[in-house]
Order: sequence, then C-alpha cells, then structure tokens
Amino acid sequence: MTAPLTSLDRPNSYIGRSVPRPNAKRLLAGRGRYVTDLRLPRMLHAAFLRSPHAHARIISIDVDAARAQPGVHLVASGADLAMICTPWTGTLDHFKGMISEPQLPLPIDRAVWAGQAVVAVVAESRAIAEDALERITVDYEELPAVVDLDAARAPHAPLVNPAASSNICFRTQLDSGGVDEAFAAAAHVVEEEFGFGRHTPVTLEPRAIVADYEPDSGVLTVHHATQTPYQFQDLYSRHYGIPEARVRVIAPDIGGSFGMKLHVYHEDMAVVGLSILLGRPVKYVADRIESFVSDIHARDHHVRARMAVDADGKILAMDVVDVTAIGAFSTYPRTSVVEGNQVIRLIGAPYGFKSYRAALEVVFQNKVQTSQYRAVGHPIACAVTERMVDLAAERVGLDPLVMRANNVIADDAYPAASPTGYKFEALSHEACLRRLRAIMNYDSLRDEQAALRRRGVHRGIGIATFVEITNPSPAFYGVGGARISSQDGATISLTPSGEVRCAISVTEQGQGTEAIVSQIVAEQLGIAQEHVKVLTGDTEVTPHGGATWACRGAGIGGETALQAARQLKANILEIAALILQEQPAALDIVDGQVVSRSTQQPRLAVAEIARISYFRSDTLPPGTQAQLTVSHHFAPQGYPFAFTNGVQGCYLEVDVDTGFIKLLKHYVVEDCGRIINPMLVDEQLRGGVVQGLGAALFEECRYGETGQLLNGSLADYLVPMAMEMPDIVIDHVETPTADTILGAKGCGEAGTAAASACVLNAVNDALTPFGASINAIPITPARVLKALNRY
Amino acid sequence: MKARAFSYFRARTIDEALAAHAGAGDEARFIAGGQSLVPALALRLQAPTILIDINHVDELRGIRREGDRLRIGALTRHREMLTEPLIAEFAPLLRAAAPFVAHPAIRNRGTLGGSVALADPASEFPAMVLALDAEIEIAGPSGRRIVKADEFFIDLFETALAPGELLVAIRVPLFRSNQRIAFDELARRRGDYALVGCGMIATFDQHRIADIRIALFSVGNLPMRAISTEAALVGSRLDAERIAAAQTALGQDLAPAESDDVPAAMRMHLARVLLGRVLGRLGEAA
Amino acid sequence: MSGAPVELDDVDDAVRVRMVVNGRKVACDVAPRDTLVDVLRGPLELTGTHAGCEMGACGACLVQLDGCAVHACLMFAVQADGARIDTIEGLSASGVIADLQAEFHRRNALQCGFCTPGMLMTAHELLSQVARPGREAIRDALSGNFCRCTGYEAIVDSIAAVAEARAAKAAEGSSR
Ligand SMILES: Cc1cc2nc3c(=O)[nH]c(=O)nc-3n(C[C@H](O)[C@H](O)[C@H](O)COP(=O)(O)OP(=O)(O)OC[C@H]3O[C@@H](n4cnc5c(N)ncnc54)[C@H](O)[C@@H]3O)c2cc1C
Ligand code: FES
Ligand code: FES
Repeated sequence: MTAPLTSLDRPNSYIGRSVPRPNAKRLLAGRGRYVTDLRLPRMLHAAFLRSPHAHARIISIDVDAARAQPGVHLVASGADLAMICTPWTGTLDHFKGMISEPQLPLPIDRAVWAGQAVVAVVAESRAIAEDALERITVDYEELPAVVDLDAARAPHAPLVNPAASSNICFRTQLDSGGVDEAFAAAAHVVEEEFGFGRHTPVTLEPRAIVADYEPDSGVLTVHHATQTPYQFQDLYSRHYGIPEARVRVIAPDIGGSFGMKLHVYHEDMAVVGLSILLGRPVKYVADRIESFVSDIHARDHHVRARMAVDADGKILAMDVVDVTAIGAFSTYPRTSVVEGNQVIRLIGAPYGFKSYRAALEVVFQNKVQTSQYRAVGHPIACAVTERMVDLAAERVGLDPLVMRANNVIADDAYPAASPTGYKFEALSHEACLRRLRAIMNYDSLRDEQAALRRRGVHRGIGIATFVEITNPSPAFYGVGGARISSQDGATISLTPSGEVRCAISVTEQGQGTEAIVSQIVAEQLGIAQEHVKVLTGDTEVTPHGGATWACRGAGIGGETALQAARQLKANILEIAALILQEQPAALDIVDGQVVSRSTQQPRLAVAEIARISYFRSDTLPPGTQAQLTVSHHFAPQGYPFAFTNGVQGCYLEVDVDTGFIKLLKHYVVEDCGRIINPMLVDEQLRGGVVQGLGAALFEECRYGETGQLLNGSLADYLVPMAMEMPDIVIDHVETPTADTILGAKGCGEAGTAAASACVLNAVNDALTPFGASINAIPITPARVLKALNRY
Repeated sequence: MKARAFSYFRARTIDEALAAHAGAGDEARFIAGGQSLVPALALRLQAPTILIDINHVDELRGIRREGDRLRIGALTRHREMLTEPLIAEFAPLLRAAAPFVAHPAIRNRGTLGGSVALADPASEFPAMVLALDAEIEIAGPSGRRIVKADEFFIDLFETALAPGELLVAIRVPLFRSNQRIAFDELARRRGDYALVGCGMIATFDQHRIADIRIALFSVGNLPMRAISTEAALVGSRLDAERIAAAQTALGQDLAPAESDDVPAAMRMHLARVLLGRVLGRLGEAA
Repeated sequence: MSGAPVELDDVDDAVRVRMVVNGRKVACDVAPRDTLVDVLRGPLELTGTHAGCEMGACGACLVQLDGCAVHACLMFAVQADGARIDTIEGLSASGVIADLQAEFHRRNALQCGFCTPGMLMTAHELLSQVARPGREAIRDALSGNFCRCTGYEAIVDSIAAVAEARAAKAAEGSSR
C-alpha cells in the first residue's frame, strides 16, 4: 500500500521528491505580486471610521466636513451601501436551530464591537482618507456590552442582538449512550476545566482588496488576497446583483492566509460597493491595527471534560461540555459554529473507546467574529483529549506514551469509527507512536529529565496524538446550503511546442500548490517539470472549484490534476499511435518522448505531436480531431473526509522562579498519506507547529471590561519569533488513501492541531514535583507563577 | 496608519534646531532615530506641525573622554554601544544592556539621546544612565545646563527637558578596575520590552561592596533606583544571605502598579528574583 | 464644479528628495509625512519592500540605508534625502545575496514570501558582521523579523549553510 506510484529513479518521477518550488525564486528576488502592491490607473483609496464602543446605537453621522475636504471622492455610510448590496446571514441549514443577524457592509443603526467599520471614506490617497476620518462625527448612544463568555450566558445578560431571546447562537449534543454507566463502572474518573484564549491569524500581509467596477460594461474585477476566489465571485455576483460571468476575482500572490482570508469581511464587501458607486478602482489594505480588530479571531472556548478509565488504564468514556463565544455575528458564508462543532466531534478521536457525550453551546458577545483559522477546532479537541489522557495515565500510574499505545485504535483495526461517529479508512497511531519514541530518544530523555530534576532544573516532556480532517466532501458545507465547492477543476493543455499548461482551481499561498501540481502533471505525462506551467487564482482562467481550505489542495486538487493529466496523456498517445501506426497501449511517454512501452525506445517527441496536431492536422488520418486540451473535475467520493493522524512530542524547561518557559525541541510524526514533496510537507508541519506553539505560550487577544481590545498591535500581541522557537524534528508514516489514485491526504493543519496540547502536557509534566497544574493556554509566566503560588 | 501632515526641517547645528523649535513652539518635535516617534505619528497619537530632524547635527555625535567622564553624544546609535571600544572599556554597563534593546535594525537607527529623552519606563538605557550616575547635558534657548540623572526622570514620559530643549550628550563616570557591573532582564521574547529589568554597578573594596547603584526598569512610571536595596548591600560581601536581605529590602524601593497582564504582586516577585540573579552574577564577575 | 475657484489645501506640499536607490540617482516629490516604505513602494515602484505593521515590529520593510539595515516604515522619505538606499531589488540585481537566495530556495525557507525580503536583509547584514554565527546568534539576529509561515527553522538552516559555505570559500581563498 505504501509503494510509490512510480519508482523514484526513472525520469520525470517527481512524486515523492523534495523539489524546490519553481515560483519561489520570484519571491526571493522581491518580485512577488501581492494585492498590496497593485496600482491601477485612477485608483482611489478607502479608509474606515471604526466604532470606539463595543456596543452602541448610532444616532447620527455627520460627514459634511469630510466630504468637503479636498482629495475626498466619497464618504459612505451603512445606508448608502445598503441601497446596492443585499444583506447576508452566517447560518447554514445543517446546523439546526442556529441563528445570526443579517449583516451589511456597514451598520445602519447599531455598532456591535469596538473596531467595527461604521463609515467609509474614499480619497486620492490613504493618508488623505485618514485625514477625512478625523472630520467625521458620529453620535453614539452606548449600550451595555456583552464581553466575556460567562457574562453572555448569564440569566439577565444584555442582548447582543435585541431581536433575539438570548445570546445563544447554536446548541448541539452528541451522545453515543452508555456514558453514565461507564462512569459508574470506572476505576478512575479524572476531570478538568480548560480555558483557551482568543487568538488571531496575523498573516504578515494584511487583508487587501482592489475592486474595479467598470460601469460601461458592467464588469466587476476584484483583485483580492483570498484563498477562495470562486466563492467570492459567487458572493459578489449575488449580493451586488451582477451576473456571475461578469465578475472576475483574481487572487495573485498572497502573503499568508491560514483560513483567515476566506471569510466575508465587512470592509471588503464595502470596497466592492464603493467601486460600484464611483465607477473607479478602489483599494483597501487593512493596516495592522485594523487587522487586529477586524480579521477573524478564533478559539475562545471553555471546556469541561471528564474521562473514565478502568483499573488497567483503558479509556471507557468521555463527557464534555464546550462553550464558545464567537462575537456579534456568525461569520459568512462558513459560519462561526464549525469550530465548536469540530471540537466536540474530534475529542477522543484517536482512541478506541465507545461511550461519548458532548454538549456544545455557541454564544454571541460584543467582539469581532471568530471563525475558521488553521486547524479549526483541532487544537482544542486535541488539548482537551490529550490532557485528560495524561491525567488518567498519572492516576493509573502509566507512562504517557504507554497509556496512549494501550488506548489508540490499533493499526490493524481499520476501517473503524471514532467515538463520535467519524469513519476512518486507515490510520497509523501505533506506528506513529513507535516512531516518536525512537526519534525523541524517549527513554534517555526521561532519564535526563529525572537527573536534572534532582538538580532543580525542571524539564517537561509532553506527548499529543491527533487526528486531522482533510479532503472534505460536500458533507462539510454543501449540505448546509453553502455555495462552497468541494470539487476542483483543471484545464490542461499541450502547447504547440510540446509544453504543458495546467489551469487549476486550487490556489497558492506559499504552501506549494503550484509546485505539487506541476510535479504530479509532469510525472503523469512523462515530461520535465520545468515544461509544466501551472496557473491558479483567477476565476477567468481556471475552472470553478473549492480552492484552498481544510487541507484539500494536495488531496483533491492533486487528484484532479492527476486525472486530468492521465486523460491528456491518453489523448496524446492516441494521436501518437495514429502517426506511428501502433496501438496506444503499446506506447508510453518518457521525458517528453513517446516511447515504445516494451523497449522504452524513443519513437517520437511529444513536441512533434503538438506541432503536427496544431499546424499540420492535414497530415493526420481523416476524421482525426486531436484533443490536446482536457478539462476535468474531481469531487471526493467514498469517505466523507480523508482523516490523517500523527503524534507530536515536546521537550521544554520551566523556570519555576519566573514562570518563563523555554522550548528545547519539538518532534512530529505525521501520516498524511502519499507524500508528493517531502520538503514541502515538512515545511507545512513546521510552520503549523510554530503557530500552535504561539497559541500555547504567547498569543491571546486580551480585552478590557468594556470590550476594548487591549493588545491590538504587533508590538503588544505576541506572535512567535525565531529566538523563542525550537528546532522541529519530523518523521513520517505513509498510509495513502485508497479513495484516490494519488493517495494524498492533507498536512497543512497537522502541526497546529497538536502543538499546543503537547506544550500543555509538557509544562504540566515539568510541574509534577510541585503538585501544580495548568489548564489554560496561553501558558503565560503569570499562569505558571500563579499555579506555583509564587505571588 | 498614516501620519497627519507636517512640515520638515533638517537642522545642521544645535542652534538651528533650537531656533526652529522656538519658532514653532509646542507644535514642533525633534526627530532622532525616529524608532519611537514615527510609530506615534503613524498612529496619530502625536501630531506636530513641524518635524525637526537632528540626525545631521554633527555636534550631537561622537564618543570621547572628558576628564573622568565619558561623553556620549545624543546621536550615538544603540548599535554603537555594542561596537565602540570606548563604550566597552569605560561604560560596560551600557554595552551589557544594548543587546536587549529591540532588534538589530532598530539598534542601527535608535539613539541613546532619543531613548533617554523619551524616558520610557520600560527602556533599558534610561535606567542604566540612572545606575551610572550620569550627567545629562542639555541645550536650550537660554543656554546649556547639566542635570544629574537622579534629577532627570520626573514622571511617566516626563523629564527635566523642557519643550524645545535638546539633549546633547550623556556623561558617565569612567569605569574603574575596582568596579563591576551586571545586567539582566526578563522579557517574553528577545528584544521585547521587559516585564522587569535590572542593571547595577558596584565598587568593591577587597570583597566588600564599597558603593553600589542599582536601577530597575519596567517597575513603575519611571526608571527606578533601588536605594534601600543599595543601602542593604553597602559594606558587605555578596553572599547568599546578603542577596536575600537585598531582595527583602527591594520591597521598600518598588511599588509596581497593577496592569492588565502583569499583576503588581507578580512584578514585585519577578523583580526580586531578577535582583537575586543579577546580584549573583555581580558576585561571579569577581 | 464649474466656475468657482477650487480651494487646494497645502499641508501636503511636496518636497523634492534626491537619493541613490539601488545604485541609481533618483529624484521624486514626496510629502513630508510619506514614509520611506510608502515612497519606495509607490512612486519608485520597488514593491519588493513590504509593509506588515508600519511600526517596526515585523521586519518586512527592511532596506539598507547607507549600508545599514533599517526599517523603511520608521523613516520619512524626506529624511533619506542625500542617502543611499538599497532594496531587495538592488541586492538581488547586484548578486551580493545570490548565495542566500539560492539556499533559501533550495531549502524552501519561504512560503508566502512576504517576510522574505526582510529576512534576506537581516541575513545579509548579519553575515557581513559575523562570519560564522551559531544557530542561536542567527535566531537572535532574526528576532525582529516575523514570519507566520515557515516556523523559522529553514531560514536559520539556510543562513547557517551560507555562512559555512562563505567561510569555506574564504579559507580556500586565503590558503592559496
Ligand atoms: C519594535 C520596537 C521595539 C523596541 N524595543 C525596545 C526595547 O526593548 N527597549 C528600548 O529601550 N527601546 C525599544 N524600542 C525603542 C527604541 O530603542 C527607540 O529607538 C528609542 O526609545 C528612542 O530613540 P530614537 O532615537 O529612535 O528617538 P525618536 O523616536 O526619534 O524620539 C523619541 C522622543 O525623544 C525626543 N528626542 C529624541 N532625541 C532627542 C534629543 N536629542 N533631545 C531632545 N529630545 C529628543 C523626540 O522628540 C521624541 O519625542 C523599540 C522600538 C521598536 C520600534
Ligand atoms: S512594516 Fe516596518 S517593521 Fe513592519
Ligand atoms: S513566508 Fe510567509 S511570512 Fe514568512
């Protein structure tokens, strides 16, 4: 099953090879083309006046002075944009009973978080637009704000949405049955309450958009730093009433995305409207201060969990309650409940127990929206599960690694289902745990830890197994009524000089989509990789598809490319067979040459076939129509998701006098199925791990009592930097999915999924001698010192 | 994040700079490294109508010995604290602090004068200037004057500099062979402003501390000297017991305020831990 | 809009600035409040220098000012009058960082590439000051360069590898 698709040593065998990304050289020379770089003729710049209050009624807006300022072209408020844009609601049908208020680009009568855009100014330059903002007066009547999670749920809490009966957005439950019985029969029960700090993606390139509406032809072109151009084409078309074919969304180079750039943002929608109102290109780049108050946040959860184990340490049952606060609206079009939904469905996923009960409550509050950010829900599910496993192991007296080995679903037990009903095709927890033990040198690390502990140096070792959801089918969004595609499309052509061009709907944000697509296409067609050009990110050029989210690029996009390339190859060989008077089956393509399959002798260059087909079709047998362009779509069937799995380890040192934590080393063993480019996979894992480590130690959006974000700048919100991050050792187990020919699953979220859980366990491991425990992230010095009763 | 409009003047001499400021009054700002001022302008927290660039005033440059002091020009960049031999020899405490100040590119541009004039209570150099018993040379419309560091820092971002006055140089006593220094800080990430920081210079008589000056930063509204702590150390050897006594005495010197992420009690605890460590290092430096 | 004289504000009166940018003399009219990064990226069309925070905290805007790495977001363009500015485009064209670029490429020390020009500026300056920095020193030098994508390790590896290669080359040169 793990045999490579082709042997690595033949020409053009790229799958499985660490080839550098062809498009990276441009970026290294400073020749990236990001939306932030774009300047169009007659382009204007937008800026937004934001609500200073977390909750306030807008009584009146006076824009006269701003309008009169030289260089200002338009000042627009909610009412102006509401005349041309239809409202949107961030609910989906498969989340039964969920509610959220309709949203408009700018609010008409109420601001619902501090930092919400209220008035737009369009001017000759951003600086002039900001000058004009200072001349606008908005008269607000402050309303009681709902800030923290518990306050939102309190009986007579002020309402975020006065039309609703409470601040509840959504509730759901899972119950496999038998939970109470399992707890009653358990030898040990462990429980814990967890807190997860709100954090935010902080892509280095902020959100950026240039909307260019051309009134004469009615064509809207939007240059948009997004990972999902097709979704936005559909949304701009529907909300602004422009026929879909006249909306073009171009996503050029993007300075990071991580799920943040696939949601509808009020400012972005407004900018499209502003361009329509003005008939000129309008650019908006969120500055960093705006990013912090308007990009989605994520992971504001309180979780209560219990785990029942028998005397030998077998996990019997889990019972969890997750409460999460999502801001004032549910985000459109993917909703803000997916995260909580994934938390309760992923808890316990690596383990073979049967009895599981979970309740989820999603509440509104007066803060910016939360929504999908890299590894949606996974880090929370993983931290809860893995901390409970450690607590249980400690209670039973088992080593954490042994505890896990005893409880994971055995590698030979697949197909299997998780306690929450997810269906797993084939996972490799046992193999991964064995690998991890080896690469960590686990036993000697434990010896070292013990020796240092005697000398007053407190190191901790943390382990976290995980399961990751990748390659989602329509079960994810489509069934809920969202016009979000789970299929991808590719159009692949042989050019007249025998090269290949592949326009594909998956997009590139630096993870290497274009590189792996070219690897796959080159290998399947038997031509050199440098002769494959991949095009992405333009709705006018590539077929409609889901693009990039939930780790679907390699698994779904890659399979699309593979199948398209195979069809093109068949078409090429058909023409070659006619020319060579052979059977197509007797021929193959190697290194740009059609060869005879049996002898591998070159017979005819692919370029020659292209030349003949395009320029001398008269020399082909009558009736032959060479099909050298193939369009192909692929949607996953079979399992609704391709689950991947792995395990991470962390080694760190806690300074028990200062509460500071030093990360010493991090380890990952990961199984993402077929690996197309090991170097790119490792880099996805490293980047993902570091985002998880940031969450574990540093990142948190801190709010004051009145709902003001206190640390909304890059100087105050602590992102992980080079000096504090460890080297990361990576190893792989390879279990391809049988659902596709390619066998690839996703890997982009695996790093983030378990890193913070690992750190949480490691810190608690280090603190064992003190009987202190930590149950919340980020694990700040304040939390550590508090746990140690040092102040 | 775009600054409000202003006009710009490039001064070549101290007098030109002072005159330009006098002409514009409260609406003018000097710009040195700009590493603190430019973000404040971009955020529109400050909006001067004229910016007076002092980067080309040669009189503000240069490091030299003047009698028993080292005179460090206001425009000395943070990076020069790491590279200038005179600093290493005669003001090693500034050198010890410099790697903790921001990041390399900020150190290439940020100036000692700017840092001290700004008097951010979380900054390293203002506190070390205090520890070093430095003199601050000031030029103003009514002439030159010298202010002792102990009198220079008045309150949050408030110093003895009157609006329109220029900090010209910092003069520190030359480091002597019977002296030792030690410095450390606790910052979440490299280059961040510290949760608490501490630097000290001690004069030893054999193994006893004859004199010591200790300054802490990020512990209040201004850089703070630990006077009671110093008193607890003078005349003694630096043993574990003395260090513990100093840590206790620190309670009389500091009264950190609550902040949203660092409780006052925690900051006090960290200050004690750090003081203990830095004193330990001072002992080792023997 | 017809007839009446138009009132024009003059707060943003342009100032002529002359600089040597990437080895070429340039003159351009800027408003005093325009930062160097905005002028490089705007009128000078050198979009390889990026802006990620506009307050000195991310390192995406690093350029060389008279040979030293500085944040182009923390300077006004007027201040650069008479100065020599080198951006990623210039360092790239001159070939001085070709080995760093090649190593970054080989090891995939970039994903989205938004931090990359700044990383290269820091790396270039570090290696011009310290011949063979250790990993810790490299990480320290990068302490003001934010990268959200890579996790930093490949960047550190690349810089370390180039340092070794340059040192080996220098040793070879001197032993001849
Ligand atoms: C990301 C980042 C991190 C930083 N981290 C640290 C840190 O860890 N520790 C630290 O100490 N600093 C830090 N800084 C600040 C940096 O050290 C500044 O350079 C310094 O505080 C101010 O020096 P400057 O020359 O840049 O002053 P400017 O920004 O030019 O000026 C600051 C103020 O001082 C006034 N001023 C400047 N020079 C004079 C003078 N000669 N006479 C009178 N008034 C004058 C100005 O008018 C202004 O009000 C950081 C900055 C950034 C952007
Ligand atoms: S843009 Fe200059 S440091 Fe971030
Ligand atoms: S590669 Fe994207 S920020 Fe560094």
